[in-house]
Amino acid sequence: MPRLDWFSGPVNKGGRIWPALLCLLAFFLAWEAGVRLLAIKPYLLPAPSQVFGTLVEMLPLLARHSQSTLLEAVTGLAAAVVTTLVLAAVMDLHPWIRQGIYPLLVVSQTVPIISIAPLFIIWFGYGILPKVVVVALVCFFPVVVSLVEGMQSADSDMVNLLRVMGYSRWQIIRLVRFPAALPAFFAGLKIAGTYSVMGAVIGEWLGAVNGLGVFMTRATHAYQLDRVFAAIFIIILVSLLIYALIELLAHLAMPWYYNEKEK
Amino acid sequence: MTEIFLEDVAKTFLINGAILPVLAGLTVQVEAGEFVSLIGPSGCGKSTLFNIICGLTAPDRGRVMLGGRDDVPAREVVSYMPQKDLLLPWRTVLDNVILARRAVGREKSAVQKEARELMPLFGLTGFENSYPAELSGGMRQRVALMRTVLAHRRVLLLDEPLGALDAITRTRMQQWLLEVWNNFKQAVFFVTHDIDEAIFLSDQVYVLTPRPAKVCLHLTISLPRPRCAALLTDPAFLALKKKIMLALQV
Repeated sequence: MPRLDWFSGPVNKGGRIWPALLCLLAFFLAWEAGVRLLAIKPYLLPAPSQVFGTLVEMLPLLARHSQSTLLEAVTGLAAAVVTTLVLAAVMDLHPWIRQGIYPLLVVSQTVPIISIAPLFIIWFGYGILPKVVVVALVCFFPVVVSLVEGMQSADSDMVNLLRVMGYSRWQIIRLVRFPAALPAFFAGLKIAGTYSVMGAVIGEWLGAVNGLGVFMTRATHAYQLDRVFAAIFIIILVSLLIYALIELLAHLAMPWYYNEKEK
Repeated sequence: MTEIFLEDVAKTFLINGAILPVLAGLTVQVEAGEFVSLIGPSGCGKSTLFNIICGLTAPDRGRVMLGGRDDVPAREVVSYMPQKDLLLPWRTVLDNVILARRAVGREKSAVQKEARELMPLFGLTGFENSYPAELSGGMRQRVALMRTVLAHRRVLLLDEPLGALDAITRTRMQQWLLEVWNNFKQAVFFVTHDIDEAIFLSDQVYVLTPRPAKVCLHLTISLPRPRCAALLTDPAFLALKKKIMLALQV
């Protein structure tokens, strides 16, 4: 049956796009049908067709807002990565340092961001900085945990061999420990990447001039739920964009790893 | 000149509160340019001995002299090839083999040029830019050996480099190993489980007892070189083999 072959073809090649798209389409159809049949008011739940219309209409405005959100998300993510690299290198110096810092990292994650974010507004004002700090705080944990665990997983015989060759501690971190940790690091970075946009939106909720968070707050207050959903759609798109970017970076940074995986 | 001189080296490990004597006073000597093999039952402490020579483990007693001196750091005299090939998966063949040379701060392009010229000898021509995962077991061992040889140290410590290979590949690699040795004139200190391999390759063979290890036989192999596969059935070869088997009680 050619139809079936065409249908299952991409799945066999690893691109599982068709089943996902089909499910999504079914979901939207059910939503549309539900809203129409039950005659739900648009200020309670707008139909997907209405959301789409709003999306097209508001696209220039949404694009402007998503620019600042994207900037905050990427800057915050980058700040989290830089902090992680420094901290991971320091933690690798001695088991004591690692054992001292690691529990603090876990504790830092139990602090509810939403409750301390207003403090950043007080400290850093309404500009981009408090949002970047929120994003960095949200993204920091998955990245640092994956990198530190990854560095621990480096083959100790490999480390010993390079030591016998005469390499210094820092050189061994650069030549063995960091590369060995890359697969774990990128796995953590992908999680952080999807969190980053959410972090930026939360930051914007609490006070900002620009950004999707501001757009959503205003729309919610005006019961313009179609606009809220349109913004959600854009947020999903931006998050996927960051995810794809990280995936691309991972391919560029570790061709050897994907080589091995394909075999 | 004596490159490695170990005198009465002993080591005991403490594992989960149990005392495990591994080396019980070992005396071994490797002269410049010699091929010396160490043969013994599995787990008799050969790898521990190599770790002591490399300075990764400190002996409980005894003396370790490298290059005729007590105070020379191991990395200036020996180049170590562990049992596992330990190639860095994120580096190409070319970048793996120059690792040891780069450790002493040699210029990258010069070292790479030297490595490229030696690729044919190691049968790696055309694989310079491959990653280790793309190579067969035999090729990975050759890359690891090339990395060890390219360090340009006076002694190569080879810990069962051919252990994981099938019999046919192994015989071929033994011949080739002698060729490489002949080319570079470094002394080789070689660990193996294989009696034939030890006799075929070596000038000196040390036979170790089960743990705690001691030297129970030291043989000088004066079979003529170059050696070829026909030697394996030579009466002189078989006589030596018999002596070693007797010492190993097999």
